[in-house]
Amino acid sequence: MRIGVGLPGGVPGARGSLLIDWAARADAGPFASLGALDRLVYDSYDPLTALAAAAAVTKRVTLVSMVITAPMRNTALLAKAAASIDALSGGRLVLGLAIGARHEDYDVAGVDHRTRGRRFAEQLVELRALWEDERLGPRPARVGGPLLLVGGLNDEAFARAARYADGYVHAGGPPRAFARAVEKARAAWIDAGRPGRPKLWGQGYFALGNGAAESGAAYLRDYYAFTGPFAERIAEELLTTPQAVAQFVRGYQDAGCDDLVLLPTVPDLAQVDRLADIIG
Amino acid sequence: MKAIIIGGGPAGLYCGLLLKKADPTREISILERNPPDATYGWGVVFSERTLSGFQEADYQTYKQITDRFVLWDAIDVHYRGEIVRCGGQAFAGVARKALLNILQRRCDELGVALRFGVDVSDPAAFADADIIIAADGVNSTVRQSHARAFKPQLEPGEARYIWYGTNKTLDAVTFIIRANEHGLFQVHAYPFDGFTSTFIVECGDATWRRAGLDQADEAASIAYCEDLFSGELGGASLLSNNSRWINFITVRNARWSHRNVVLLGDAAHTAHFSIGSGTKLAMEDAIALAEAFQRHRDIKRAVHHYELGRRPAVEALQHAAAESRTYFESLKRYIHLEPVQFAFHLLTRSGRISYSALRLRDSSFVDTVDRWFAHANGAAGPASRVLVAPPPMLTGLPLRGLMLRNRIALACVSTAASSNGLPTDVHHHQLALRAESGPGLVLTEPAAVSQDARITPGCAGMYEDAHQTAWAGIVASIHANSTALVGVVLGHAGRRGATRPRWEGLDRPLRNGAWPLLSASPLPYTPQSQVPREMDRANMQGVRSAHVRAAEMAREAGFDVLVLHAAHGYLLASFISPLTNLRTDAYGGSLQNRMRFPLEVLDAVRAVWPQDRPICVMLSATDWALHGIDLEESAAAASMMKDHGADLVYVLAGQTTLDARPTYGRAFLSALSDRVRNEARVATMTGGHLTTTDEVNSILAAGRADLCVMELPELDDGSSAAVR
Repeated sequence: MRIGVGLPGGVPGARGSLLIDWAARADAGPFASLGALDRLVYDSYDPLTALAAAAAVTKRVTLVSMVITAPMRNTALLAKAAASIDALSGGRLVLGLAIGARHEDYDVAGVDHRTRGRRFAEQLVELRALWEDERLGPRPARVGGPLLLVGGLNDEAFARAARYADGYVHAGGPPRAFARAVEKARAAWIDAGRPGRPKLWGQGYFALGNGAAESGAAYLRDYYAFTGPFAERIAEELLTTPQAVAQFVRGYQDAGCDDLVLLPTVPDLAQVDRLADIIG
Repeated sequence: MKAIIIGGGPAGLYCGLLLKKADPTREISILERNPPDATYGWGVVFSERTLSGFQEADYQTYKQITDRFVLWDAIDVHYRGEIVRCGGQAFAGVARKALLNILQRRCDELGVALRFGVDVSDPAAFADADIIIAADGVNSTVRQSHARAFKPQLEPGEARYIWYGTNKTLDAVTFIIRANEHGLFQVHAYPFDGFTSTFIVECGDATWRRAGLDQADEAASIAYCEDLFSGELGGASLLSNNSRWINFITVRNARWSHRNVVLLGDAAHTAHFSIGSGTKLAMEDAIALAEAFQRHRDIKRAVHHYELGRRPAVEALQHAAAESRTYFESLKRYIHLEPVQFAFHLLTRSGRISYSALRLRDSSFVDTVDRWFAHANGAAGPASRVLVAPPPMLTGLPLRGLMLRNRIALACVSTAASSNGLPTDVHHHQLALRAESGPGLVLTEPAAVSQDARITPGCAGMYEDAHQTAWAGIVASIHANSTALVGVVLGHAGRRGATRPRWEGLDRPLRNGAWPLLSASPLPYTPQSQVPREMDRANMQGVRSAHVRAAEMAREAGFDVLVLHAAHGYLLASFISPLTNLRTDAYGGSLQNRMRFPLEVLDAVRAVWPQDRPICVMLSATDWALHGIDLEESAAAASMMKDHGADLVYVLAGQTTLDARPTYGRAFLSALSDRVRNEARVATMTGGHLTTTDEVNSILAAGRADLCVMELPELDDGSSAAVR
C-alpha cells in the first residue's frame, strides 16, 4: 500500500506559499501522492489549481483529487483542465470524482443539484470521449486519459465505478468502514464483468504534535458541520498520535487499500515532517 | 437541568432513573397517561448481551430483573409434526408488568417524579423544561405534533398478528408453523416467568379474512387459535389483554430530535417482533441518552451525540427485522422444505447468523443439518442414515447424468485475449488455475456463438472449427489434471456488442470496425451506442442456428456443462425483459411471448446437447429498474426454462438497462436465488461476491441455492497484467 499526504488547501488560513512549500516537502519525503479536496463554499483552494501549482514544484508524487465534485463543473472544461495538469506533471494526475453532498456548493455554482447523479454518469462517459478527442488538447500522458476514480457511499457509486472508472475512492472512516466499501466495490466490479481489480483509494485525517489535536478537531467539526451528528464522530476519529496513525495504516492495508492519503487538519508545515517521520 | 419525560413505559422510566442517578440535582418528571398498574402486553425477552449492558448502567435494576427472569437457551421450530431444536441461544424473559414495577420503584427511590393519569395533549405546556423526552410509544403524540421536523415514516406490514399470553409453560423460543383450510399461521412464543408465556399468532391478510377473524370478537378469536394450536397448548388457555388483530408498523424518523425535544424507544423506531425486542431497543436508547448528557452540558450536542451513537445499531436491527418480517410474510414459499432445512432457513433468515455462528451455538444441531443435507442429496441409500457427513459445500451435486464433486464453481472473467474468437493460452491458463483450486465446476468466460455475437473484438468464440479444436485441447487438459467439470458459457451480445475492451470501461462503442447489432427491439444500450436492428424471423433463425452450431462444437470439444447466457441485457435477455422488448408480434408482450424466442433457442440447443449432460441458463431475476422484470415473473421464467430442459438456473440481476439501480449488500444475489429456487422449484446457482466458505455453507444449508460461484482474491492469475 502506498501512502500519500493531502495539501493543506482545505484548511482555512493556509497561505499560498504554504501550499507550494508543502508540495515540495512532500515530494522530497516518503509520500507517494499529494491530495487536494474540493469545496466551493468554504475557505479553501480550488483543487485543480492547487494540483497544477503542485505539479510545478514536484517531480515524483502522484497528484490526486479527493474528490472533485464533477457535476458542479462544465465537463469539457474539466476534461481540459485535467488533461493540462496531466501534461504539465508528466502524467501524474489521478482524477477522483464524486457527486458531492453539499447543495450549497451547487447553488453558488448555479447548477441544479437534483440532477447531479444522472449528470455525473453522463460526465464519466464524456470525459473519456473528450480526452480522446484530437481537437482538444493537450494529449493526456496516459492513453485514454488520467486514471479515473469514482467516490460515494451508495450503491450507484459502486456501480458507476465498475462501469466507467478505473477504481473507487472512499470518503474516510475507520478501517472497517473502508473494508465494507471495498467489498461492495469489488462485488460491483465483478458483477459488471470488468477484468482485473478496481484500484482502491482511501483517506484519513491527522493532526500531530502538541496542541494540534484540538485545532484539528475544531476544523473537522466546522468542515463537516453540514453532516449534523457525524461531524462529531469524524472529529473523534482524527489521528493524533503515531500509534493511531500506524494502526490506521495497518487496518487499511489489511482491508486491501492500494493508496491511502492522509489529510492534514492544521495549516502548519511541521505536520508534513511529523507524518513523514511516522511513515518513512 | 429540568427534564420532562412523556411516557412511563420502559424507555421513559429507565431514562428517568438513569438521568437522576447520574446527577441528583436534576429535576426529572415522568408523565404517563395510564394508571400505574395498568399494562398491556405480556412478557419481554432479552438476550444475554443486552442484560450485561443493563448491569453496567444501573446494577440495582439489573439485579432485580435477573432475580425475576427465566433463562432458556433454545429455539424450537414446530413444523410438520416435528420439533427441531437448536440450542446455544441465551435468552432471558421477564413479565412486562414486573419490569415496569422494578423501574417504577427505582424511580421512586431516586426521587424521580412520577405522575400517572396525565394525558399530554400539548407539549408546549412544558416550555420551561430544558429537555422534553418523548417516550410515548409507537403512536407518539409528541412526534406527531412535530411531524414536519421529525419526518416520520410509518410502514405497515402485510400480515396480521395478535399478542396473547398463555399459561402453557414453554422452555424455548418457540416458532409454530401450522396450516389449515384457511391458510398458513405462525406462532412466535417464549416463556417469561415460571407460569406464563407470550404467544403471538400471525397470519397473512387473506388467511385472516378467510378464517373470519376480521369479524370475530375477542372470545371467538381466542377459541379459533386455541383450537388451531390445541396440540401445542395441550389444554392450556390463551389469555387476552385487550389483544386485537393488528398490522405491525415499522417506524423510522429522519431525525430523532428537534429543538429541545428528543424521541426515545418506539416513538423513534420500531422493529418487527420476530427478531427482537422493542423494550431492549428502548432501554438501550435510555442508556445512550443518559450517557450523552454526561458527556455534553449543551442539550443540542448531547442529543446529537445520542442519535449519532444509536442510529447505526438501531438501523442494523431494523434491517434485520425487516428481513425477518418479509420472511414470515413469505412463509408459504418455504413450506415444501423438509423440517431440518426449514429450521435452518428460519434461524438464518435475517442474514445475521451464519452456518459457523450456529455451529458455535449448537454443534450437534449443525451436525444434524450436515447429515440431513448429505442424505437428501443422495449420499446414502434410502434406508440408511448418514452419520459421517461433510459440510454442505463438500457434498456432491448430481446434475443429469453427471456428478459435481462439490458445490463450488469458479468462473473466468473476460480477458479480451482472442483474435476472431480463437481461445489462447490465456484462456487455458485461467481455466486451469481455477480447476486446480478444487471446485466442482469451472466456467469459461462468455464465448460468442458467431462473430457478430461478440461483446468486444477480443471475445472468445465458438463459431469456427479452429475454435472447437482449441477448446477441445483446453478441456482435455483440464479433465486430465483436475476433477472439476468444465462448463462453457455461450451467448450473443445483442445490443451490447461491438464495444471496446472492458478494461476501458463497459459498453463503450468501437470507434472503428463495429459490426451491426441485433436485439428484440431497436433500442440502443447507451446514448452513444449503435441502434440495434429489431430482429425478424430470419434473424431469429440465424441466431438460433448459431447457438445450435456452437452447442454441437462444445459437445465435440468435450465440455461437460453448457451454460446459456440469457441474462444481463444481452440478446436473449433483451427478449425476456419488458424494458428491452417492445415487440407487438408473438415474441413480445406477455411473459409467455417474451420467453418464446429464448425457449426456442433452449429447445434447439437441448436437442443437440447430450441427454446425460446438464444445461444451465443464466437469468436476470430482476432488472433493478422501474417497470422491469420482477421476481414473480422471473420465477415463472425459471420454471419455463426447467420445463424446457434446463437443469440449473444461474440467478443474476441487472444490467438490462443503464438506469438499473443495484444493491450490493452481503450475499446480495443469494436472496434472489432463494426466491427463484423455492418458487420455481428448480436448482439454482448463485454468486454475488461470495468469498468465504461460511457464506457458501449458509446458503446451501438454508436451501437458497444448490451451487455457489465464489470469488477468491487469492486466485491471482495475472489476467489483468496479461490483458494490458
